[in-house]
Amino acid sequence: MEATLATIVATASPLVYAAIGETIAEKAGVVNLSLEGTVMLSAMTGFAVSFETGSVILGFVAAAAVGALIAAIVAFASIELRLNQIAVGFVLTLLAIELSSFLGDPYVGQRGRAVPSLPVPLLSDIPFLGRVLFSHNLSIYGSFVAIAGAYLFIFKTRRGLEMQGVGERPEAAFARGIPVNRLRYLYTVTGGALAGIAGAAFSLDRTFGWREGLTANYGWIALAIVIFGGWNPIRVAIGAYLFGVLSWAALELQPVFPSESQILNLAPFPLMIFALVLVFMTTRGDFADRHPILRRLLSAEPPSALGTAFHRE
Amino acid sequence: MSDRSAGARASSFILPVALAFAVAIALLQLAGAPPLEALRLLWEGSMGSTAKVSDTLTAWVPLTLAAAGLVVTFAAGLWNIGIEGQIVAGAIAATWVAREVPGPSPVLIPLMLLAGVIGGALWALLAGVLKTRGGVNEIFGGLGLDFVASGVAIYLIIGPWKRQGIASTSGTDLFRREAWLPTAGAAQIPVLAVTIAVAAVIVVYVLMRGTRLGLRLKAVGRNARSARLLGIPTERYTLGAFALCGALAGIAGVVQAAGVHHKLVPSVSGGYGFLAILVVLLAGFRAAWIAPISLFFAAVAVGGTQLSLRLGLDSSLGGVLQGVLVLLVILAGGWQARRALRARAAAPPPEEP
Amino acid sequence: MSLELRDIHKAFGPVKANDGVSLSIEAGTLHGLLGENGAGKSTLMKVLSGFIAADSGEVVLDGRRLALSSPRDGVEAGIGMLHQDPLVFLPFTVLDNFLLGAPGGLRIDRRAGERALRGTADRFGFSFDTDAPARSLTVGERQQLEIARLLWLGARVLILDEPTTGISASQRTTLFGVLRALAAEGMIVIFVSHKLEEVEELCERVTVMRRGTVIGEAEMPCPAERLVEMMFGRVLTESELGQPTLGEPVLQLDRATLAERALTIPEMTLSVQEGEVLGLAGLEGSGQRMLLRAAAGLLEPRSGRVVVRGRDLTGQGYRAFLDAGVHYLPAGRLEEGLVAGLTVAEHFLLAGDATAFFIDHDRARREAEAKIADYSIVGTADSTAESLSGGNQQRLLLAMTPPDVRLLLMEHPTRGLDIESADWVWTRLLERRDAGTAIVFASADLDELLRYSDRILVFFAGEILKVLDARTTTGEELGHLIGGRELR
Repeated sequence: MEATLATIVATASPLVYAAIGETIAEKAGVVNLSLEGTVMLSAMTGFAVSFETGSVILGFVAAAAVGALIAAIVAFASIELRLNQIAVGFVLTLLAIELSSFLGDPYVGQRGRAVPSLPVPLLSDIPFLGRVLFSHNLSIYGSFVAIAGAYLFIFKTRRGLEMQGVGERPEAAFARGIPVNRLRYLYTVTGGALAGIAGAAFSLDRTFGWREGLTANYGWIALAIVIFGGWNPIRVAIGAYLFGVLSWAALELQPVFPSESQILNLAPFPLMIFALVLVFMTTRGDFADRHPILRRLLSAEPPSALGTAFHRE
Repeated sequence: MSDRSAGARASSFILPVALAFAVAIALLQLAGAPPLEALRLLWEGSMGSTAKVSDTLTAWVPLTLAAAGLVVTFAAGLWNIGIEGQIVAGAIAATWVAREVPGPSPVLIPLMLLAGVIGGALWALLAGVLKTRGGVNEIFGGLGLDFVASGVAIYLIIGPWKRQGIASTSGTDLFRREAWLPTAGAAQIPVLAVTIAVAAVIVVYVLMRGTRLGLRLKAVGRNARSARLLGIPTERYTLGAFALCGALAGIAGVVQAAGVHHKLVPSVSGGYGFLAILVVLLAGFRAAWIAPISLFFAAVAVGGTQLSLRLGLDSSLGGVLQGVLVLLVILAGGWQARRALRARAAAPPPEEP
Repeated sequence: MSLELRDIHKAFGPVKANDGVSLSIEAGTLHGLLGENGAGKSTLMKVLSGFIAADSGEVVLDGRRLALSSPRDGVEAGIGMLHQDPLVFLPFTVLDNFLLGAPGGLRIDRRAGERALRGTADRFGFSFDTDAPARSLTVGERQQLEIARLLWLGARVLILDEPTTGISASQRTTLFGVLRALAAEGMIVIFVSHKLEEVEELCERVTVMRRGTVIGEAEMPCPAERLVEMMFGRVLTESELGQPTLGEPVLQLDRATLAERALTIPEMTLSVQEGEVLGLAGLEGSGQRMLLRAAAGLLEPRSGRVVVRGRDLTGQGYRAFLDAGVHYLPAGRLEEGLVAGLTVAEHFLLAGDATAFFIDHDRARREAEAKIADYSIVGTADSTAESLSGGNQQRLLLAMTPPDVRLLLMEHPTRGLDIESADWVWTRLLERRDAGTAIVFASADLDELLRYSDRILVFFAGEILKVLDARTTTGEELGHLIGGRELR
């Protein structure tokens, strides 16, 4: 049981990185639809760089840089060129996926370095929790830090509140002297960097190698989890781990229910749609009054200015 | 678009195209392949022989059908990311007919096509209703439904419709011969499929350019408030756009299932839905351009296999080229628009000075 | 402390919103800024708060020249602006709204913020549930929150832009008490309004603006006539319409209560007849737009009925009204009436009632060109809507109006038009009137109202103050009523 949970925590960590990264960008009002491509390309980059240099850390750094760069393009296109965030993000996704196949070709089948295991002294001896949470490696511990850091930053710090304001109502934030567009760049690129780390976590910690389409669907699932998690890092993380459980269950059930078990892998998406419908319903006042519990539980309000560009005029 | 000078429009197209080619050549050099040789192989691999032309056309058909449908939804101001799922839905419907309905080809094929139309249209309407009644943005709704459709397909392939004996994700049993889309000649040119695709492009073109329906659709897409004040029932038009696109996507699914794979496979949509979005973006949302641009994309995709066979390059180079091209064109377009905006120094007078 | 604005110029294209405005205010003053729509008050205040950068001119606070290129500069200089509908973050709590943007350390000190908020609230008699979402606050409460926030941030200059629109009477009393207290403490309070009575009640000095310049200043108390004269100028226009031949009632409102977010018009009863021209006067946001939208079927009354040509169409939706011969021309030409990106010919196609499935492009072009000539639109059949000037957009909208319209509802029919275009528009409108169409229009132009209306409804804060007979009323009376006062 412990071993299973530990495995789930480990395998879900790339998804946590990607989802948390996207949460940050979206909370500031920018949809980074290139997530799927970013994770794929940075997974390849991370592996390739660590293979060439022999350093896992450099692999992670390179992957984060790739993620940040792609996110910067999305932000630039949206803020400076006033292009549709969806359009640019979408094209970048497809492009990044193809690039990852093309540039990653020479690395297919190579054995790479793995992230060295690093049990936390003392904490890893705690019964149950020690095995599940503290007997992993830096990459996975990093995902914990990402969750906590994102949550604390967004909800407990002054700058985090300002960031929420930017995503919610940029005109009001601007009127309060907050540099809206500069912050959007910052948070989008940060989110992209985290998505990049997600890729590296995948190819250097989960699969120890690269092949075409390695991280397939991970980015899309992360997007769904951000919505389902209500743009709250803790709930998003829970969603990621939930998906980990579902994946594990799908794998376990496969011999018994080969076709039905596949459905579990797709659960995030109907859940995302459900969450979105719920958001819509709760904005219709009467529904909220009749189902207060449901509302509190699943209420997921998107930042109102999500996807829009802010212009000073 | 009408008031942009020809020069601006040219530079927002020629420059990015040139840049894209430069990138392609750079990538080729990076991979250690001679560019001219690669170009020659691309050409030969896609148009070099009748068989190759047939392959290119086979790729061209679903791409064009999907792109034609997307022109309609884009005109209505929608980002129909759910198109992949709509292709799958059409394929599933056609598969059902192929398996359950007896009869000879002349009866079966039209029925399959009809099933594909209905399947794709219904799946698209689902995304549409989620948007108009459920407030679910069609991007995320469509994405979710893509995966649901994919899931349903997988479920059917390794479940109720599994191959005799072994359930395999490589697909269902092959359709019986009557359910294969007819082709012509030894090179198996997909005549029927091509005809349908050409007809679809013409229909969409005529619709958008020459009918009141198309004009109203454009009005809804550009300014729903004004459209409503002009008396246009915006919800009906939105849903109609979804249905039409879904229908065309459904046909693409039938072509894929009955013409290409001759069975239902998990990846039956072949990524053509998303690729079609790129085609439409590159075509500037104009119906007249989708056929040639689709042909270019199809040729690059098919010819790209030669690159991998002969030069050891990964076949994804074609995809890279497509992506770079579209990205650069979009960015250049945005740049041009931004410069034009800045040039118009006089801002419009505000409501209340 | 003193505040000086020196020779502020700001133009939006050809429109000179502020044309050399100078203003000087001493500390501890409640200073009123009076003027009608389009006078330039809002632009001036946006310049002062840093929202807009002036083309030229200086803002000097306490002898120091301020560089105001963004709201941030305004905030740092201690200049706070309270918008008519305060910019709050709706889903965030009251406390978070209070805290957002305030300087401080890494962590949010919510407890300190709570204490500060309660302190200010107690001082002025506000009451807040700090955990409630801001969307649950009324407009008046949002104002109070915003004032508390600006004070906490150390604002020394407080600008209030039409603050009493949409707040209750008791909130108004509270607000005025707060403003007096703040002025007594040495703050500069600028009260931007069009409401004469309030300006008289509250302000010590008043500056009146009209058409982008300062017309004059007055020490209060000052006779209202002088203020009205400064605000509107001498309006001597007489009605050009003869005695109307009125026909059947086209529009009837039967005790219709209209309500939108901030405003409620209770139990309005009104009848408009064929061939009548009804003008709606009053400052923007006083209810005219609501009446127009209700008459168009876009706003369903909370109670009561809307009857068009004898048929009760209450709640039946816009299409029913359209079919009954009602046509609505909103103020936002590109936002609500025309479709940017489509050509003139395409607009005519959309507005026409032909039902053929296929478009005959040649015929459409010929018809468009005929209409263009008929309505003197400067543009071709292929011009896009957004490339036309404002005047030509208005001509296009009129040209798109079907000839058999029975009730024409117009918001600001000649806004932004030069005199020639405005005259031309009214010539066409009067033609329709002669053919029996009833016209209801809202306008901020007193000349226009007096010259063309048979009757004028004056709106003030959601109420119809008075119904005037345009032939017998004067510009003075109209101006007074728009400012909320009866002419004595």
